[in-house]
Amino acid sequence: MNNLVSPTYQVAGKPRLLNDNTMHYCPGCSHGVVHKLIAEIIEEMGVEDRTIGVNPVGCAVFACNYIDIDWVEAAHGRAPACASALNRMWPDHLVFTYQGDGDLACIGTGETIQALNRGENIAMIFINNAIYGMTGGQMAPTTLLGMKTATCPYGRQADLHGFPLHITDIAATLEGTCYVSRQAVDTVAHIRSAKRALRTAFENALNRRGASFVEIVSTCPSGWKMSPVKANQWMQENMFPYYPLGDLKNDK
Amino acid sequence: MAKMKGTIVVDTERCKGCELCTVACPLDIITMSAAVNHRGYPFAQQSGEGCTGCTSCAIVCPDGCITVYRRKEETQP
Amino acid sequence: MNETSEVVLLKGNEAIAKAAYRYGYDGYFGYPITPQSEVLETLALDKPWETTGMVVLQAESEVASINMVYGGGASGKCVLTSSSSPGVALMQEGISYMAGAEIPGLIVNVGRGGPGLGTIQPGQADYHQAVYGGGNGDYHCIVLAPYSVQEMADHVGLAKELMFKWRNPVIILSDGVIGQMMEKVVLPPFHPRRTDEEVRQQCPWAANGRGKEGRRPNILTSLDLDPTRMETHNRHLSEKYKQMEQAEVRYEEYHTDDAEYIIVAYGCSARISMKAIDLLRHEGIKAGLLRPITLWPFPEQRLAELAEQCKAMLTVEASEGQMVRDVRYAVARRCPVAFYGRSGGMLPSPDEVYESLKGMLS
Repeated sequence: MNNLVSPTYQVAGKPRLLNDNTMHYCPGCSHGVVHKLIAEIIEEMGVEDRTIGVNPVGCAVFACNYIDIDWVEAAHGRAPACASALNRMWPDHLVFTYQGDGDLACIGTGETIQALNRGENIAMIFINNAIYGMTGGQMAPTTLLGMKTATCPYGRQADLHGFPLHITDIAATLEGTCYVSRQAVDTVAHIRSAKRALRTAFENALNRRGASFVEIVSTCPSGWKMSPVKANQWMQENMFPYYPLGDLKNDK
Repeated sequence: MAKMKGTIVVDTERCKGCELCTVACPLDIITMSAAVNHRGYPFAQQSGEGCTGCTSCAIVCPDGCITVYRRKEETQP
Repeated sequence: MNETSEVVLLKGNEAIAKAAYRYGYDGYFGYPITPQSEVLETLALDKPWETTGMVVLQAESEVASINMVYGGGASGKCVLTSSSSPGVALMQEGISYMAGAEIPGLIVNVGRGGPGLGTIQPGQADYHQAVYGGGNGDYHCIVLAPYSVQEMADHVGLAKELMFKWRNPVIILSDGVIGQMMEKVVLPPFHPRRTDEEVRQQCPWAANGRGKEGRRPNILTSLDLDPTRMETHNRHLSEKYKQMEQAEVRYEEYHTDDAEYIIVAYGCSARISMKAIDLLRHEGIKAGLLRPITLWPFPEQRLAELAEQCKAMLTVEASEGQMVRDVRYAVARRCPVAFYGRSGGMLPSPDEVYESLKGMLS
């Protein structure tokens, strides 16, 4: 009888393009799952030879240390501009950005909307955990009303702080986008769905169909001051009603 | 009849003890260790029989530290 | 395509645009601002994407422009942007990132008067911004200062060579006079753009995909949270800057052989000063000009030598006095250094420079 623990019988594990560096993300952070999906998809599509990732400022500033592809680390919010040039210089390459809510929907709102509206042939991955993780849990553009953060310690109030920004809904209204989807990675079913969405976005980019935008509604257990399991529950109860999952736009 | 026999191997030094796999496991056979790894995290471990190799634990693992093995095994009727 | 050089009458801004595609640049990213909008307009009119394949994109802002240059340069391509003073102020973060991550690229500043929105009239008040870095951190850009339409074109070619030689951003610090005036200019023959394969060979550090050969991933970043490694990187940059100071100083002299009075000026002020020197020479006053072509690295050595020979120096700028500090530093009290400048869109006139220097005669 063969040993079960052998490559012959392996059905799941760390994808080859996810390297051995231990990720700096906190326990249970959604970034890790999304990184894994990206690594799997690039591997499955066989395009690591012509993929360029653009990583943001924020927790994912170190994404480049974990997925073995070429990366350009962009200034805060400027990944879409950087990626626009990369794809225009290398039009047959897969160029994607990976950005958090502060980077993509606050300081870089202009670059985000303009790159999408130009229909740049890139994929934009938007990690929305409604908080600034790296700087220690401050209010983000997507922080929910009533949600407490370091800079709205009594809860976000519309009259003081304004409203949460639905940038994904805005993205879906732009003529330059061909695919806009909102996903999550809290359950096996959601992770499978998120992987399909990310793959669609990457294929659109490679096939030069226009800009694709995939939001991943995510947790920040440390910033939210919850256990990872509790954070998933909180996200399901509070984030999903405000940021409902599903495709917002899919031009075939 | 055939049934799936599975098992998992956890990269215990990479594991951060987030416990998401324990919730994802449909058979509730993943628990956290009493011991800790060199970073001070308790790590996931398979602690019960009956793993079918469904891969749920590996899919939800944010750190890619679970490898799943599975094969079909014939059982006596 | 035209394989020979061509003599034409052009504005300085037009010369920048035409030189860019003739020298084989791969991309231009820019945003309209007076007095340099003709750069983007000329490119849009000439459509180089149909001939050389050069990409031209009007960005949403100067911030986006410089980050497009950052991305294009990070992938090993030869790219540029152009703007004017307030727009270049917006680019400073990106330029600092380029210097930190050692990403090549050209930034053209057709300067106007400041500070703030200032004026759309010409100015040279961005010397500090260009030479001392308007962005954060220890870094330098090579700064070229054209004084003619011909040099506007030539410096685009020189910048291409320098940015890849040193993996460093290069700034052309021009001004609204040189950008807007028309002159005869010899445009270079068309240099073919590098093929993707040539880019990959010549820039093995660039992020453009791991390739069929599956080379190790290239990561272009200016970030390192480990202070010891960050300091090592800064020391590496400092060493590079020292080598650049040894190798890349450029300047031109006018009647300095027997000069007792030396004017130091660049760009439009150099042209004005040359006229003043002619007036002074006509009266038998031995005046000459040192015109820095590179503002960084600065011709310190040559200035020190000239300071031994002359009675006094006069720095002329279209500013309230910026380069004069570098001149004084180089001269190190070997001779007196006076300053004459106009600002806010006003320019020194030859007569004013003439009078200013005559006032120094003892």
